[in-house]
Amino acid sequence: MHELSICQSLIRQIEALARQHRAQAITRVTLQIGPLSGVAPELLEQAFRVARKGTLAETARMVTWRAPIRVRCEQCGKESAAMINHLTCARCGDGHTQLISGNEMQLVSVELLGGGHTLPSNGNQEDTAYV
Amino acid sequence: MCNTCGCTITPANQYLLYRPVEQQHTLSVLNHLLAENNAQAAHNRAHFDAHGVLALNLMSSPGAGKTALLEATIAALRDEMRIAVIEGDLETENDAERIRAQGVPAVQITTGTACHLDAHMVHGALHQIDLDRIDIVFIENVGNLVCPASFDLGQHRNVVLLSVTEGDDKPAKYPVMFRAADLVLLTKTDLLPHLDDFDPAQAERCLRRLANPAPLWPLSSKKMTGLEPWLNWLRGHARKASAPAPAHSGVELSSTLNHA
Repeated sequence: MHELSICQSLIRQIEALARQHRAQAITRVTLQIGPLSGVAPELLEQAFRVARKGTLAETARMVTWRAPIRVRCEQCGKESAAMINHLTCARCGDGHTQLISGNEMQLVSVELLGGGHTLPSNGNQEDTAYV
Repeated sequence: MCNTCGCTITPANQYLLYRPVEQQHTLSVLNHLLAENNAQAAHNRAHFDAHGVLALNLMSSPGAGKTALLEATIAALRDEMRIAVIEGDLETENDAERIRAQGVPAVQITTGTACHLDAHMVHGALHQIDLDRIDIVFIENVGNLVCPASFDLGQHRNVVLLSVTEGDDKPAKYPVMFRAADLVLLTKTDLLPHLDDFDPAQAERCLRRLANPAPLWPLSSKKMTGLEPWLNWLRGHARKASAPAPAHSGVELSSTLNHA
């Protein structure tokens, strides 16, 4: 379950961004995940529900965009779709290919609520009620 | 207390009053999810490079023979190279003790429940090793063909072991791990005569389908056979790592892992 450690690292990253922008909460996190990243999006979403507790992302929704696997052949130059365990060229079958998409593990964007003003230093952020 | 004269406003709650209209906005980020780990890995790699040390990440399923390979390697290279080992396991100091019994410094990282090593754990262990007196650091990762593949530790090369007591289709089943391999070692080949269902050629076909040109060499650590190509590979890479660094040599040696 390395997805949980990845989520904890993600939370540190997005909380830092939220603080930097003086946001009150993170409402959405958008990721791009390729199958060759070694991360399962479903497990990541489950882990996120655990890791976000008590953080600025407590109510955030996670959206994951799946990246397709594509390779470019170094021999014939053809760009083609490939399978996770079959990454040779679809046209000439050569094994010298470059992966051009499919191993992404990226934070694409965060949606923040509020921002632009500083909370008082003694203010408890989790208790802020929206009036 | 009322809502008209302001008597409900206190220093503790007045900020609520001046809050601008709430609105959502989206920030574009485009950062690697493991940016923290990768920055630490880059730091580790710089540390290895500064000391001219070759760092190798040894990965395999549990029981494929990583520690046995290290014991055989240490025995063979004892007089020519100074070796240190970082051991990753969920529990126990057993593997580090096996390495220390060979007269080589070993640092054991026990990860508790974590199924992989990360760059921060390796950094902690690095500071227990005198890198000035070392040529090669082996990082023996937690036995696992899934999770360790996603974490850059700062190594220069990934070495993946596949024992003949596992299936010959392992590269097809664990493509993320085997795609990241710079070298694949087929271990326990002394057992091949007793196994009729492991075909080394099939293992190699599965590896090539991942568009990975990495060498795949058979060996037996127990019988000390087939070790020579592996030992020569180590000698060559250790020499390269210890050569005075031309600018960008770190880039040339850097691992391909995790560069999404």
